[in-house]
Amino acid sequence: MKNQVDNIIEKNKITDEEILETANSLRWDLGENLHDSLLESIYQDAAEISEKVVTKVDEKPKFDWDRTLDRLLTSKWTGFPIMLLILTIVFWITISGANVPSALLASFLIDTIHPVLKDVAAYFGTPLWLDGLLIDGIYLAMAWVISVMLPPMAIFFPLFTLLEDFGYLPRVAFNLDSLFKKAGAHGKQALTMAMGYGCNAAGIIATRVIDSPRERLIAIITNNFSLCNGRWPTQILIASLFIGSMVPAALGGLVSATAVVAVALLGIILTFVTSWFLSRTILKGEASTFSLELPPYRPPKILQTLYTSLIDRTIFVLWRAIIFAVPAGAVIWLSANVMIGDQSIGEHIVNFMDPFGLLLGLNGVILFAYIIAIPANEIVIPTILMLTVMILKASGVGEGAGVMFELDDYQIYTELFAAGGWTLLTAINLMLFSLVHNPCSTAIYTIYKETKSIKWTAISTFLPLVMGIAICFFVAQIWRIFIGAG
Amino acid sequence: MTNKLNNCETCPVHQSTYLKKLGVNMDRWDYALALAGNPNTGKSTVFNALTGLRQHTGNWPGKTVTRTEGGFIYQEKRYKIVDLPGTYSLLSTSTDEEVARNFILFGKPDVTVIIMDATRIERNLNLTLQILEITDRIVICLNLIDEARRHQLRIDERKLSKELGVPVIPTSARKGEGIDELLRAIHEVANGLYVCKPHHITSGSKSLKRAVSQLVEKIENRFSGISNARWIALRLLEGDPRIIEAVKKGELDNLYQRIENTETK
Repeated sequence: MKNQVDNIIEKNKITDEEILETANSLRWDLGENLHDSLLESIYQDAAEISEKVVTKVDEKPKFDWDRTLDRLLTSKWTGFPIMLLILTIVFWITISGANVPSALLASFLIDTIHPVLKDVAAYFGTPLWLDGLLIDGIYLAMAWVISVMLPPMAIFFPLFTLLEDFGYLPRVAFNLDSLFKKAGAHGKQALTMAMGYGCNAAGIIATRVIDSPRERLIAIITNNFSLCNGRWPTQILIASLFIGSMVPAALGGLVSATAVVAVALLGIILTFVTSWFLSRTILKGEASTFSLELPPYRPPKILQTLYTSLIDRTIFVLWRAIIFAVPAGAVIWLSANVMIGDQSIGEHIVNFMDPFGLLLGLNGVILFAYIIAIPANEIVIPTILMLTVMILKASGVGEGAGVMFELDDYQIYTELFAAGGWTLLTAINLMLFSLVHNPCSTAIYTIYKETKSIKWTAISTFLPLVMGIAICFFVAQIWRIFIGAG
Repeated sequence: MTNKLNNCETCPVHQSTYLKKLGVNMDRWDYALALAGNPNTGKSTVFNALTGLRQHTGNWPGKTVTRTEGGFIYQEKRYKIVDLPGTYSLLSTSTDEEVARNFILFGKPDVTVIIMDATRIERNLNLTLQILEITDRIVICLNLIDEARRHQLRIDERKLSKELGVPVIPTSARKGEGIDELLRAIHEVANGLYVCKPHHITSGSKSLKRAVSQLVEKIENRFSGISNARWIALRLLEGDPRIIEAVKKGELDNLYQRIENTETK
């Protein structure tokens, strides 16, 4: 009797297992091509509906802009030259435009405000150590960050965003796609690489569009070779100081822009080489195919672009740099003023690192700056400047630890670097090292969050660092053999 | 006539009577919306137009990988809106497609707004038809209508709406055209004033049809009142692991309850 009741209930109420069992057995009957036939049905319906709904007005447009532009921008012959030309123009505008406001800002924040702050502190009888830590350390670090970084960013980011909104970046991806395939990587890596030009952490998150874990890891590890927000200003500044100054002033901007483009290109080449290497060693496999849709060109909305690129990128990056500059400024000031024996801690560290730095064609100050600047690449140049002033007590341009006068144009930087014993080799290697070294701590943390693997995080961190050291070492050795002491 | 309408809806006084942009300040809401669509159809632009947020909208596919949330108030109802990653399909297993698919199915949006690129109707329909299988609360936003005009395309949105059985609103989100009509349509579907009768994929082999109807019968028996039994059946026949798991865990039960609740509201 009880059995019968159960049977009735079971007959009426179908269980989850029963559904799954039925599905399983039916699946066998249907065979393999279910997925394809489903897709076919969808395509067929889509075609039918669109046929009914869309009519193309029979009126030949006079000139199809999109087609013509695409033919030019993605052609085998003109695609790459145009890409280089556009990049060069963008950097040239940035470099020649940032020069003057940068100097003005520096002279205002450092020449005018700094002494006022010192006076105010003295009036209130602030203890010397506190005054030094706050005003010479933290305030000066922020002042340097703002004056060095704000002008190039305020020019570069809007230009770059305009290119993005116009629809140019997917064309770049299209041009690079076949190269990525040859390197055994996913074509979408061109997109994540382009995202990396804004911020590597964003580029790393963007690799989620890549389905295959193997290709995704390649994209994550090589994203660091895309110069990010924080490193563009370094490249631009060093290029204009050392490389631009070697030619007549009229050509300076153009030549420095070319140098920055060259470094960015080297980054792309390293991306391919590293991808190729990884896909043949620890991340073996075939490249998978995908379809990339070229979006239509859209006239960018100038005002909105200016607004979003200023708020989202410029202010965002600047704010981040300032936040990291605060502790860095304190560290720099302390290292320059806490003495062990007759030398400050900073001097000990710089002297200790100097031999190794020189071996790489860099110097102790640069290496020490890179360690302080691990949290954010943005503050490398300001850190180097402050360390040079405070620890080496660069004479002629500074007075005491970190107080400066007479800021004219970029002159001040040139004098400072000369005082620190810099040569053209130092500049070139700094640009190279800035391109190829460990990712910043935000990027490292993002890599860990995305991969959930200490192993891959470590590889992504140390692989570029080792590569950077090797590249700088070889460049320095070859330079010294052929060009002389540097 | 369209011009007149445009003048009216771009006028700030007219908009502000009904729409209040909330940005990210959403703690409670009456209705949840999902924004779905192919990559680079302007989902983020529509999202910004509705929420007043300024998510950067890049002109390239794959801008939004994770979902972004925001909110607005329209006609005194609070709406939460989720911007899903753009996908071409919901059938494969890549992360972005799963995020989009799972949210439409398990996230229980009250209305799914599908953004279609008016210049690429046929390709966009592939995704649209798949979403129509999953849910029956849909508004289609036919975006980039200005670009379609520029490309000499004429689109009969009424016929499209009839074919698909859901409201179709032509918009140009960049210029703010059609946003007001879109809001009205969302409001109507969310409040049950407009009942969608979504198009279902018709063709298919005989053996498939038989298999589907056999399974649909069982699913409808198990989860009475379920609206997307056909789609679930198809997914089970394909062996979709996430849907199999959902059946095992009884997650579909909750879906059914939700539908009942909102209908009694």
